Amino acid sequence: MNRSSKILRYVSRRLIQGIPIILAIVVLNFFLLNLAEGDAVDVLAGEAGSATPEYMEEMRKKFGLDKPLAVQLAVYLKNVIQLDLGYSFRHDMQVTELIIDRFWPTLILMVSTILLAVGFGILLGLFAAINLNTWKDSVVSVFALITYATPLFWVGLMMIILFSIKNDWFPTSGMENSAMFYEGFERVKDIAHHLVLPTITLSLFYLALYTRMMRASMLEQYGQDYVITARAKGVSERRITFVHVLRNALLPVVTMAGVQVGALIGGSVIVESVFAWPGLGMLAFESLFARDLNLLLGIFLLSSALVVAVNLVVDVVYCFLDPRIEVN
Amino acid sequence: MEDFWKRFSRNRQAVLGLIILSIVIFVAAIANIIYPGDPFLYSKFPLSAPGENGFLLGSDSIGRDVASGIAHGAKTSLLIGLIATLAAVFIGVIFGAFAGYYGGIVDDILMRVTEVFQTIPSFIFAILLVAIMKPSIESVVIAITVVSWPAVARLVRGEFLGLKNREFVQACHTLGMSDIRIMLAEILPNCLSPIIVIGSLMVATAILIESGLAFLGLGDPNVMSWGFIISDGRSMLRVAWWICTFPGIAILITVLAINLVGEGLNDALNPRLRERN
Repeated sequence: MNRSSKILRYVSRRLIQGIPIILAIVVLNFFLLNLAEGDAVDVLAGEAGSATPEYMEEMRKKFGLDKPLAVQLAVYLKNVIQLDLGYSFRHDMQVTELIIDRFWPTLILMVSTILLAVGFGILLGLFAAINLNTWKDSVVSVFALITYATPLFWVGLMMIILFSIKNDWFPTSGMENSAMFYEGFERVKDIAHHLVLPTITLSLFYLALYTRMMRASMLEQYGQDYVITARAKGVSERRITFVHVLRNALLPVVTMAGVQVGALIGGSVIVESVFAWPGLGMLAFESLFARDLNLLLGIFLLSSALVVAVNLVVDVVYCFLDPRIEVN
Repeated sequence: MEDFWKRFSRNRQAVLGLIILSIVIFVAAIANIIYPGDPFLYSKFPLSAPGENGFLLGSDSIGRDVASGIAHGAKTSLLIGLIATLAAVFIGVIFGAFAGYYGGIVDDILMRVTEVFQTIPSFIFAILLVAIMKPSIESVVIAITVVSWPAVARLVRGEFLGLKNREFVQACHTLGMSDIRIMLAEILPNCLSPIIVIGSLMVATAILIESGLAFLGLGDPNVMSWGFIISDGRSMLRVAWWICTFPGIAILITVLAINLVGEGLNDALNPRLRERN
């Protein structure tokens, strides 16, 4: 059997493996909903504020809450499969619709963060590995240690103090200046301007992570036999570093960028609520205050599914990038 | 033991971390003596700058002492970090030990469960759990435990897999020891080092999660914490930078110190690993 059909089989097998995980998360979601005080209708009606007992009875019937738990679970599963995550009374919208609405700002923030963190992480790690055990290496290590230990929300607030309050360089919050009605390129510029501080804040932690990983990955590659071979051939150290070692060292780091997406979603809740960035994280923060549990569960479900999907994509990309990976 | 200290103290960063951590623990221990009374108690000096009106690190919008809050918050952070980690290690060891020791279907089932918990974005999961259980010390500890144990389970499983076929374990089987006894008394002591290391690093992560939850308003409303001071001082950012700044530095220093100690433990407990580098 040739490699491409092997990979195809691997992908379909991974897809099938992902299904039980998603299913387990949906079931977990269902039980969490049941764990909350009162039943789902109480949670929903709490949002409506002025729900009458008759209305709540009707809702219980509609959600099948008068039926046994197993039937309820089946109804819930059916709804989720149809992408019906319920209704947010606070926003007067379908949860699914609301989530799709707020997905794009988060995607913009995440993509720019990954680019910044991976890019600079690779550069810093490379820099540290080239200058191994010198003061330059130590500075990078200390920087990584400190950013690794800093709470994201605090970094965000310090950024606001320094760059928005003391120096009026960047806006404190929001995604765009909607009062200005910018269009086209002007609007892109405005959003980019708002994007700077949240992106830097969210990047810092991952920057530290990728720096350490890149450094370790470079050092590991330096110890491989092919480096000795290259030296014996008389290849210059410069060429060994930048052509041979760098290319091999990049692979695990780029892969890790995908694996970290779950943590990134968590970080974006914090960063979005600091900078009032109108994405999913901010929506989660708002739903906490509004006690809109159903909405929070929807966000949770979607982000879990996103992690499963990204992990799958990363695994498949890895197969293509590194022919040594066994797909069986 | 002497050997251990020698190796630990060879890592200067780790010693520095231990000193800082001891200071934080000391401040937490004497919080009630240096700042007696309720840290939530307001005074008639709101928004005093650091040093003004006898407030070392300033006061917040209703005149609460930031320094007092930090001292009392140290207790909260350390306790939550420690208890949540102990609980997570306990659960992780049970899962990992059974999965690694028995293998086969037991391993399959336990690892599938672990995988699900590892896939879920942990911080959002923690938010959800606390929101459902209502914010309190207990719910925060439970939430951090639930999102932390899978890493331990994976580690312990790996260790058990590596050890279960070794000769000393086979000898135990020949002696007729029960499985539980072999697992607890024979195999577990042999993988304590990596468990201690991962545990120490988990305390740091737990403190970061706790502060993040408190910042989002999910801390125990009756207990002072660093995240709470920062979230409360947010609206005063323009006029009183100190309210948010100092508790953040406290978190940073504590987490950094624990990480350094953890790395020092790693060096001291896994000497082979160190020599290899």
